[in-house]
Amino acid sequence: MNWLSRITPPGVSKMFSKRDTPENLWIKCPVSGEMVFHKDLESSFYVTPAGHHMRIGPDLRFKYTFDGDWETVESPQVARDPLKFRDDKPYTSRLTAARKKTGRDDAMVIGVGRVDGVDTTILVQDFSFMGGSLGMAAGEGFLKACEVAVAKRTPLIVFTAAGGARMQEGALSLMQMPRTTLGVQMLKDAKLPYIVVLTDPTTGGVTASYAMLGDIHIAEPGALIGFAGPRVIEQTIREKLPPGFQRAEYLLEKGMVDKVVDRRDLPRTLGNILRTLLKRPEHRPATGGVPAARAPEAQTQPAPSQG
Amino acid sequence: MSNPARTYLDFERPIAELDAKIEELESVLAKSGEDAPDAAEEVSRLRQKSAEQLRTLYGKLDPWRKTLVARHPERPHLRDYIGHLISDFEELSGDRRFGEDFAIIGGLGRLRGRPVVVMGHEKGHDTQSRIKHNFGMARPEGYRKAIRLMDLAERFDLPVVTLVDTAGAYPGIGAEERGQSEAIARSTERCLTLGTPLVSVITGEGGSGGAVAIASANSVLMLEHSIYSVISPEGCASILWRDGARAKDAAVAMKVTAQDLLGLKIIDKIIEEPVGGAHRNRPKTMDAVGDAIETELRHLDGLDPATLRQRRRERFLRIGRSLLDED
Repeated sequence: MNWLSRITPPGVSKMFSKRDTPENLWIKCPVSGEMVFHKDLESSFYVTPAGHHMRIGPDLRFKYTFDGDWETVESPQVARDPLKFRDDKPYTSRLTAARKKTGRDDAMVIGVGRVDGVDTTILVQDFSFMGGSLGMAAGEGFLKACEVAVAKRTPLIVFTAAGGARMQEGALSLMQMPRTTLGVQMLKDAKLPYIVVLTDPTTGGVTASYAMLGDIHIAEPGALIGFAGPRVIEQTIREKLPPGFQRAEYLLEKGMVDKVVDRRDLPRTLGNILRTLLKRPEHRPATGGVPAARAPEAQTQPAPSQG
Repeated sequence: MSNPARTYLDFERPIAELDAKIEELESVLAKSGEDAPDAAEEVSRLRQKSAEQLRTLYGKLDPWRKTLVARHPERPHLRDYIGHLISDFEELSGDRRFGEDFAIIGGLGRLRGRPVVVMGHEKGHDTQSRIKHNFGMARPEGYRKAIRLMDLAERFDLPVVTLVDTAGAYPGIGAEERGQSEAIARSTERCLTLGTPLVSVITGEGGSGGAVAIASANSVLMLEHSIYSVISPEGCASILWRDGARAKDAAVAMKVTAQDLLGLKIIDKIIEEPVGGAHRNRPKTMDAVGDAIETELRHLDGLDPATLRQRRRERFLRIGRSLLDED
């Protein structure tokens, strides 16, 4: 809190604050400790000069991935707290707090727009909403994204980020593993590309379901990706884990992901993959890393037919 | 008829004491060899009391006590079920990629004459076998073996029966580097795409993704005192309260019992256990499980692959949606 925020009435400061905009103008890189100006971070897709990929939310993700504008699609409503779960606080008050903090209903946000000229559905998992955890709402959000992709005949790109299942929904949360898998099946039946971009962190039931069922798996550099969390493994085997364990580069080495791609190159990589899979016209020679300036091309070919 | 349990759980102490007294009296009676109508009467009175107490105790087990019963070392395990229910059993091993995993055992056999593929988690029954079976915590090879067996079932049009009893998939370095997540995800996917009937029974612990991977079935049944949960009560407690000792509270909060899950429409049926739990009468428990599987398989007889997949799909998509109307 600075002197200005102390003297500004809350309503006024709210007018000036925007979601996804950092509170401070200078942000510390957690790897190098270097202070980076927020405008520089924004233009470098929140990758610090040291190459650290900071966690970003759905709004920025859409902005960085879609060519231009996008539409968001609402996720279906789900039963609120069917277990009447409480730990120190009731689950409902945790949900309310998360909603207030993020301005979202739950962890999944669906956007439809164009990626490198290709009509695409994108689902982003918001880690800042209760650790992106997979509960009923996230499961329905995932299924909805699959339905939208099938209805519009677009590929689906999912940016995963989650600690795992939402414990507060007990086995109902666990059931989202088979349920989201059914969503992936819908895409496969419709012969639509399903691309998973694993971002930091992706663990637990999310990794053990839709995050590992992609036609193509891309990981962001340094992202923690695994089934069991490192702490659980250390407690089980009572050993220190090797450096780099469960990081994106380690998964690449072990054959679990196709590529580790710098966030600034992602739009281009995704575009190449989608355009080739869908047999769209080839790219002209690249001019730069940031594709936002590239004019979306008209869709000249229909999506491959079902069969 | 029922074999008295050798291992008593903490909450069964009053029963253990009664049983000890009965045993003592009986041995005195046997040794003296004389007529002792008073002692004989006392024995029968104590027996009755013990049975009544057992019935009362097990009639209202809280979620944590159910967790302990579900983990009881003398509860029938996969090997017992196979020995009791499956004839002509031929175990099949290996994932054809890396290795063999004894945490998941499976093979071909006959369930009351019906050819089936049967598989499930095996926890082991003593130190040596528990280590061999890795306490029922499978590595990727176990799930890849499961996928292989489901492929085989589909090729020869055989129904698949899975028995679930695991604390969860194994969290280890090797498991991670060989793709534990991918193996679980693919196994779940294989369950859902299977073109033959798939019936699952949670016989003890249904622990998280490691359970779902072989339990995404047409019918999911649970034994009366088994549990099914997204994380172990201890794991949940250590995350929520940083105190694994509050597992009891976590078991209550997470609604892990068969009765809870039937209420939430996550499972289809509960298989009753003998009074005092499955471990007090193993043959009777295993017969009941066999009956239940047979009934489910009969309902699925004659359905074509597309219908079986469709029903499985609808079954899982329905979960949670019906709760919205009740909200």
